[in-house]
Amino acid sequence: MLFALIIFLVACAILGYRIISSVPSLLHTPLMSGMNALSGITVLGAIAVFATVDSGIVQFLSGAALVLAMINVVGGFWVTDRMLKMFDSSVRRKNK
Amino acid sequence: MSVIIIAAIFIVGFILQIRLMQSPKTALLGNRIGAAFMGAAIIYTIIAYGGMGNASLWLWLVIGGFAGVSLGHVVKMIQMPQMVGMLNGFGGVASALVAIAGSSLFVSGASWYLWLTASLALSVGVLTFTGSMVAAMKLQGIISGKPVNLDESGKLQQILLLIAAVLVLLSTFITGIYTVWVILLIIIAAVYGVIMALRVGGADMPVVISLLNSFSGVAASITGFAVEDPLLVGVGAVVGVSGLILTRIMCRAMNRSLSAVLTGMTTVSNSKKAENLTHVSNSLEEVHEKKTRGTDIGKIINLSKKVIIVPGYGMAVAQAQGKVKDLIDCMEKAGKQVKIGIHPVAGRMPGHMNVLLAEVGIDYDKLYDMDTINPEFENTDLTIVIGACDVVNPSANTAEGTPIYGMPILEVEKSKNVIVCNLDEKPGYSGVENTLYSMENVITIWGNASETVPTITEAC
Repeated sequence: MLFALIIFLVACAILGYRIISSVPSLLHTPLMSGMNALSGITVLGAIAVFATVDSGIVQFLSGAALVLAMINVVGGFWVTDRMLKMFDSSVRRKNK
Repeated sequence: MSVIIIAAIFIVGFILQIRLMQSPKTALLGNRIGAAFMGAAIIYTIIAYGGMGNASLWLWLVIGGFAGVSLGHVVKMIQMPQMVGMLNGFGGVASALVAIAGSSLFVSGASWYLWLTASLALSVGVLTFTGSMVAAMKLQGIISGKPVNLDESGKLQQILLLIAAVLVLLSTFITGIYTVWVILLIIIAAVYGVIMALRVGGADMPVVISLLNSFSGVAASITGFAVEDPLLVGVGAVVGVSGLILTRIMCRAMNRSLSAVLTGMTTVSNSKKAENLTHVSNSLEEVHEKKTRGTDIGKIINLSKKVIIVPGYGMAVAQAQGKVKDLIDCMEKAGKQVKIGIHPVAGRMPGHMNVLLAEVGIDYDKLYDMDTINPEFENTDLTIVIGACDVVNPSANTAEGTPIYGMPILEVEKSKNVIVCNLDEKPGYSGVENTLYSMENVITIWGNASETVPTITEAC
């Protein structure tokens, strides 16, 4: 499993590097807040732990992780959406 | 193996999200695809772990989601850096919590790498959290934005790092007292994060925000190892790489090494700053004289066909974006060609200025980055600098030994005329006096950009 995970890590890092390098500086803030939302992927880990364990302390820790990671995910995608809508509306105005 | 294949499918969605971010025309769609894939990944995981009927699980998810929406909805565009900073911190601490909670699941005799990665994820997550919170508080003005150096030589940080490394190793092999290691690591990582972020001052924030963004991804990725979830490993890696790329771009744009930023080597000595201040009071008369040349401005603007506007963070602080938009509209109505030149570090996070201008409805195809706009200054009749100082300071090419020496700048001085609308003639964040102000072809208008920019618009 460790070996498979390492291969996967390297593959994603290389792919990510190639694709992120071509995002224009115009969109660096939305890129960052979008990536920020993705780092909330840790919510999946929180779900897995929360749903498997019954002990009080673990429930508390993973419950806190659930809330914080969800703020990260939802807040991140939401602000990115707001920003990109602003860029999008300037596209629309131009097409009129 | 099947988990890897499922993870790969989700990764394709997130890669598509980033791919569509290459153009402002498709970026919105990309973001929504990313969000949809994230939602699907969450639902998939809940089903896979049999949590569909788990009411408290849903309750926590809904609370977090609701808080995220409210936060994302109220935040202002100028507050975006602290928002992203804070979210980085939440992501980091969530990863740390998952690592701690997850480690309680390890059966005795679990693989060494589970303990190792749990400890690492915990450390990176906690330092991301404290570092991000300090950075966000600085940006929000809750604590002073000036660099605070608790650890002049940088030795303390090195020692903390060393202790943390030893603790991580101990926790990998002596797992019987894992709780003790956890507590010690939390303390050390927390202190490290605080020291790191306190050292960094205002204009260096883009670097730190980018770096912490990277850390939050790294924390998620390492947590992925600890809970053996390839999707966390992969997505965390992508975020980590993204943060690193932006960190590098920001460092290059300031011509500073990452270590120089992180050790707070930002400003010239205080004595030199004091000198500059006395200089300011001496030249007030001169300032006044320059102000009265206002009649020239109308003439210059009328004769100018090609205009470049260079906004800086000062414009955002003065909330003058709307006024700048009025100016652009007015000039375009008069048949002038208007472009906007944006320095990579204008603002408090990468690309911040573009967002602030898009917010007031300025078309993004008028926005040009530094490398594209620099060759155009020579053929430009008029450049208007609004609230930007260090990034247009020609001293960057000549003044050896100053913090900005060698930093790539917008070469506004090459255009035929320059109007500078800055708050005052004090040096910018770097503390280096701006030689642009005293140049022949430069007219300075001191004051709040919300008030000074409309005076130019009137002259137009």
